[in-house]
Amino acid sequence: MTLETRTFTITRADLARYAEASGDHNPIHQDEAVARSVGLPGVIAHGMYTMALAARAVGDWFPGAEVVSFGCKFTSPVVVPPEGGVEVEVAGEVKGTDDGLTTVVLTVTCDGQKVLGMPKAVVRA
Amino acid sequence: MPVDQSLVGRCFPPTRPHEVTEEQVRAFVTATGGQYDGGPAPATFPIVLAFDAMNAFLAAESIDLFRIVHGEQKFAYERPVVPGDVLSATLSVASLRQIGGNDIIGTTSEIADAGGAVVCRTSATLVHRGADA
Repeated sequence: MTLETRTFTITRADLARYAEASGDHNPIHQDEAVARSVGLPGVIAHGMYTMALAARAVGDWFPGAEVVSFGCKFTSPVVVPPEGGVEVEVAGEVKGTDDGLTTVVLTVTCDGQKVLGMPKAVVRA
Repeated sequence: MPVDQSLVGRCFPPTRPHEVTEEQVRAFVTATGGQYDGGPAPATFPIVLAFDAMNAFLAAESIDLFRIVHGEQKFAYERPVVPGDVLSATLSVASLRQIGGNDIIGTTSEIADAGGAVVCRTSATLVHRGADA
């Protein structure tokens, strides 16, 4: 079963708020010069920010359901421009339900490119 | 400078107990564009605890945070985190390898409540970008 694709926008201001809320003050998510100094194409979103958006989509698809496991690889950086924002799309597919546990395989893209590797959530729904 | 191989298998001390508040959960939810109406914290919230443990580990090993890029994160939950929980994370280094001037550090963190019950186990792969990578 295909779930309804969700689209989210990430801005630099979001990253600053997330840094405060999560405690992750890595400057590669704030400072262009630092990001470039370690070989990144520019300021990138926290991988955990993108993963949090994927979790939001799962929460929208299965309201109130308990998440049993959730994981992904961070395969491609989400570059966030200084002005405006960048769109991230979260698509999902229910792969099956077993013993009350539903496995959801996600596809998370930015500009048509996958940014998370093998994102998968198991929910009790 | 490559990360010291002898780190593999090392377990770091638990982080200082941290009380999860509604304000903190709300700040986390709104930072990711959501709306918080009370109840359990989002699925990725335990990263706050795991990150605390990682920071202590990086400081102990004199590794610069700005050279760290996140490679992978997995959570396995025993139960959701709720406001009022007093949580602590214990980090162990599970693996370490070098690829193209980068260190690939595998860590696992166990997040436990005030009673010592495990709330969540999480594993992270951290890519430490070498100075000349």
